[in-house]
Amino acid sequence: MNLRILKRIYKNKTSLCGLLLVAFFGAVALFAPMLAPVQNEHNPYQLPQSSYQITPQPPSADHWFGTTEQQYDLYYGIVWGARLAFKIGITVTALAFLIGLAVGGIAAYFGGKVDETLMRLTDVVFAVPSLVLAMVIAAMLGPDLKNMMIALTAVAWPSYARLVRGDILSVKQRNYVTAARTLGAGGPRIFLRHIVPNSIYPSVVVASLDIGYVVLTAASLSFLGLGAQPGTADWGQLIAMARNWVLGTPSNSLAYWYTVVVPGGAIFLFVLGWNLLGDAFRDILDPRQG
Amino acid sequence: MRRYILRRLCLLPLVVLGVTFLLFFLTQRLSPEMRASLYVKDPRQMGALEEVIREYGLRDNVFKQYGRWLVQVAHGDLGYSPSANMPVAQALKKYLPATIQLAVVTMILVVFFGVWFGAASAVHKDRWQDFIARFISVGGFSLPIFVLGLILLMIFYGKLGWFAPGGYSIQTDIIIHSSAFKTYTGFLLIDSLLNGDLRVFCDVFAHLVLPAVTLCIGSFALMVRVMRSSMLEELNKDYVRTARAKGLREYRVIYKHAGKNAIIPVITLAGIQFIRLLGGTVIVETIFDYPGIGRFGVLAAQQLDIAGILGFSLMVAVLFVIGNLFSDILYMAADPRIRLE
Repeated sequence: MNLRILKRIYKNKTSLCGLLLVAFFGAVALFAPMLAPVQNEHNPYQLPQSSYQITPQPPSADHWFGTTEQQYDLYYGIVWGARLAFKIGITVTALAFLIGLAVGGIAAYFGGKVDETLMRLTDVVFAVPSLVLAMVIAAMLGPDLKNMMIALTAVAWPSYARLVRGDILSVKQRNYVTAARTLGAGGPRIFLRHIVPNSIYPSVVVASLDIGYVVLTAASLSFLGLGAQPGTADWGQLIAMARNWVLGTPSNSLAYWYTVVVPGGAIFLFVLGWNLLGDAFRDILDPRQG
Repeated sequence: MRRYILRRLCLLPLVVLGVTFLLFFLTQRLSPEMRASLYVKDPRQMGALEEVIREYGLRDNVFKQYGRWLVQVAHGDLGYSPSANMPVAQALKKYLPATIQLAVVTMILVVFFGVWFGAASAVHKDRWQDFIARFISVGGFSLPIFVLGLILLMIFYGKLGWFAPGGYSIQTDIIIHSSAFKTYTGFLLIDSLLNGDLRVFCDVFAHLVLPAVTLCIGSFALMVRVMRSSMLEELNKDYVRTARAKGLREYRVIYKHAGKNAIIPVITLAGIQFIRLLGGTVIVETIFDYPGIGRFGVLAAQQLDIAGILGFSLMVAVLFVIGNLFSDILYMAADPRIRLE
């Protein structure tokens, strides 16, 4: 099964592109300490500053991608930003998926009033655009990296809860579940041994492909000043700093292009990779296609 | 169908209550002094917060406080917003038309160009038109709007000086606040026409261009994708072959026959996307300093202006829930095979 999926991804040019992009960023994240040696032992995500001069400096031998406001090194920011992106993406999706699995599982298992209550709870979270809700929660908790991740988790779990609930409800009707019951298996055993393992696979795929979207939302929050704080190796935060420099100098209005294009390009390619991979998986999982 | 709509309408206030309670519950983490601003009507009262705390019982339990807040909201009082420097209700009333105006212009762009590109892409499948449209539909989906917004600002304002940020220019500001300019609807595009002032209209429109183009990118990508696949599906159907066989000219076959059928999913998608734009306006309005409720919400969130945040969320939740209901109904009306429960 997995080999077949890999083969199909390999055959399609765009999905191969997606896989390569994600793998590339994965490698950058993994080897970040080698690509950009840590400057601050206590917090590797703290950007090194070569001086306190405000104006950004163009790419040079010392700073391959240039420096942004206050001489934060962009190369370091991109490399460690990749690591932070994976950290945020994986933590948030994993947590949200576990909460979704618990809530969706309980709703589907007990049904009736419990189901109704829990599903109305998901309605509440769906009643506001996720970016807006995450923004408001992050603001109330106080803007920092950890609270941003809590806010992102808080808005992400309901969609997994619904997915898991739907899948469990359909698996519940299958014959092997009835067979297990006839053999005298207890409720929790049927649920944990037969229903859950057979119903979460599609949701796990959906959730893991959401990493790109989570990172995009996280970057949006940091951009609005409600996530990572200035000086953090976070792509969204780097772009937030670039906001002051989009107009350039009087003689050259595009003088500081790299402050936007470098971190913007990183986010774009990262999200593009995940989206291409997601498209490939959607095609593969679509039963209408051979 | 009627039962479904009734049920949804009954659930609507419950959902909105749920959202506001959730947020209200979160505000309890903050000190009573900070929460007191919800009840202050006048900036001068800010000095006597202890009295406000006692008067409104801000140290009571959450449910009591929430109940009181609801009563207050029912009377149309959403508190005072320090970040906007005016009562929240007034701020929402002032900023909402600008956002709706932006969303409508964006949606017109999305539907028009989305249908055009999508149809061209399907008709010229695997040729350069198709390649461009597919590139846009994949790339546009991944390009964060804050990156696109800053790049557009860099080029079209910094380099070319064509479109300035903000909602309108200083000259327009003077005109619309003069006594000669009558406010009919609050929508500047409409009001300027009703006042017969084309200069104001052009100015307001020019300030809408960049935010609208930026905001449309995500929806546009989706629209191209949906239109393309829908058009491809229609073009392969028998009636198209019949139309061709009876000797109709190609453009009639494509636009009058296949196009008309292919556009149905696009219309329903447009309804859903219109509501989704609300989330994007938060970022776009911040980048372009556009005076809508998105920017109001961000400023409130950044400055921890609780009254502003709660009022903004309440507004967005009401709009979003009603909008979603409408798009579901639209969806059902466009395709009678869909049964909602």
